[in-house]
Amino acid sequence: MTKESQAQPALEIKNLSFSYGKQNVLEDIHFTVPQGSFLGLMGPNGSGKSTLIKCILGLLTPKEGSIKLFGKPIHQFHDWNKIGFVSQKANSFNSGFPATVFEVVSMGLYGKVGLFRFLTKKHKLQVREAIKQVGMEDFIHQNIGQLSGGQQQRVFIARALVSEPELLILDEPTVGVDAKSVQNFYNMLKRLNKERGMTLILVTHDIGAMTEYITDVACLNKCLHFHGNKEEFELQQEDMMSSLYGHDVRVITHNHDHHDHDHTHDHDHDGSGH
Amino acid sequence: MEILQQLTFIERGIVAGLIIGLICPLLGAFLLVRRITIITEALSHITLTGITAGVFISQTMTWLAFINPLYTGLIFSLVGSILIEKLRHAYKSFQELAVPIILSSGIGLSAILIGLSSGSTVEWYSYLFGSLVTVSLSDLYFTMATGFIAFIIIFAFYKEWLSISFDQEFAKTSGIKVNRLNFFFSLLIALVISMSMKVVGILLVGAMVTLPVAASIQIAKSFRQVVILGIIFGEVAMIAGILFSYYFNIATGGMVVVTGVVILLLTSLIKRLGLVSSTVA
Ligand SMILES: Nc1ncnc2c1ncn2[C@@H]1O[C@H](COP(=O)(O)OP(=O)(O)O)[C@@H](O)[C@H]1O
Ligand SMILES: [Mg+2]
Repeated sequence: MTKESQAQPALEIKNLSFSYGKQNVLEDIHFTVPQGSFLGLMGPNGSGKSTLIKCILGLLTPKEGSIKLFGKPIHQFHDWNKIGFVSQKANSFNSGFPATVFEVVSMGLYGKVGLFRFLTKKHKLQVREAIKQVGMEDFIHQNIGQLSGGQQQRVFIARALVSEPELLILDEPTVGVDAKSVQNFYNMLKRLNKERGMTLILVTHDIGAMTEYITDVACLNKCLHFHGNKEEFELQQEDMMSSLYGHDVRVITHNHDHHDHDHTHDHDHDGSGH
Repeated sequence: MEILQQLTFIERGIVAGLIIGLICPLLGAFLLVRRITIITEALSHITLTGITAGVFISQTMTWLAFINPLYTGLIFSLVGSILIEKLRHAYKSFQELAVPIILSSGIGLSAILIGLSSGSTVEWYSYLFGSLVTVSLSDLYFTMATGFIAFIIIFAFYKEWLSISFDQEFAKTSGIKVNRLNFFFSLLIALVISMSMKVVGILLVGAMVTLPVAASIQIAKSFRQVVILGIIFGEVAMIAGILFSYYFNIATGGMVVVTGVVILLLTSLIKRLGLVSSTVA
């Protein structure tokens, strides 16, 4: 990597506004995500987090403002391999879909391989590597619909990681995943950030659990209420949370029980995968 | 080309059948995972309109008599396919409406054109239910040309379509040009429908696209298996259907579909008996 590209922020948003029809969802958003940072993006339900992410990914076109990815305005940006994405709705695929874990993770390379071509040996090795990285190697030939919510989520992370992105964007990836898996998952994100220098943007409700991993925080509710590094955030945390969520919210750090609806366990192999 | 001219009609039918047995399940696999197999019904009926228009034109304008109605069928099929996409956009929350709209327009127009032209019942019967004996050399060329183009399109876009079918949003963010590829997919459906028309018949072409993959998905664990088993089932249904229809002198399309249904029943039985373990890969 040249010095120049290192200096470019992974993401730069200026003066961004977006509306679905007449309803304004995002107003005058400004922020920058330097390369190598780990941003926690938080905000209540319906605050526009997913909408913001979709604008960043080019899935939605904003009404106003500019988005730059690695220094390039979004409409001129073609290097989509550099960007990995795990959607909030990733689990909502048709559960009867006849695809194996291997096939789903391969899809992460399809945009890169090009028309008329199929995966080479090297690509297939990369796919296996990504599956191993999320600890799903025992399930490589299992049907995706037969896995638990947490396992599926890990497969979708592998699909995002397989093209070796420099910026990884995750939209509430831990909803429906049990507490133990969530912990492993955060540890994996931390390794990607610290050891590989990958830039991460994580949309989450549970900023308390994240404070030991992230470097920066952004709080969104239509407008950006806060953007700064973690230390600044911790100083104003109480004020921030009440302005964002209303007055009665206490911040409970290290509480992982919010989304524990799904009682599947990480090591609960069903034995049919071998 | 020399060789093709020397083929007997049964051999012509088998060559066409092998092509159809390969291409239909390949398309069917994508239609299946996108849950739009029903589109084939709409398109086959609009193709019928094209064919009746072709017959009508060649009867009323003698200087156009050389036109093979399959070509007008193909044109209508392509236009119908694009119209369906437009309708599915227009009725975003009620996408299935596109099918009955196009289907009924197709049948209505066909009824008028059949009334106006003087084709014999036998001729229409062969278009509706498929017929081996009427596959001419020019029909075979048509099937080979459309089959070849369809194969190239599938080969080019196979993995992109798979990614789009599974998760359109992700496909977009991975740099796949989703809108353009969806357009090519529409063209492909139209091509395959008109390609199969002569041998399998208008009313039964949807079955040829659907039955082999409906059988294969019962026992397949991966998309690859859906495709490979689908092609095997498709070829078996085609060849067995053609041979049966030849020896017993019955409608080819009917026999092909009956064979397809038998394969489907057999795979359900295999699945029921648990003969396929859940770890097949
Ligand atoms: N496709 C859509 N069409 C119209 N309104 C939408 C659409 N998606 C989201 N919204 C609205 O935009 C607002 C922000 O939604 P979203 O970005 O999903 O919030 P979050 O991800 O923070 O929960 C909500 O009020 C929601 O109702
Ligand atoms: Mg959201």
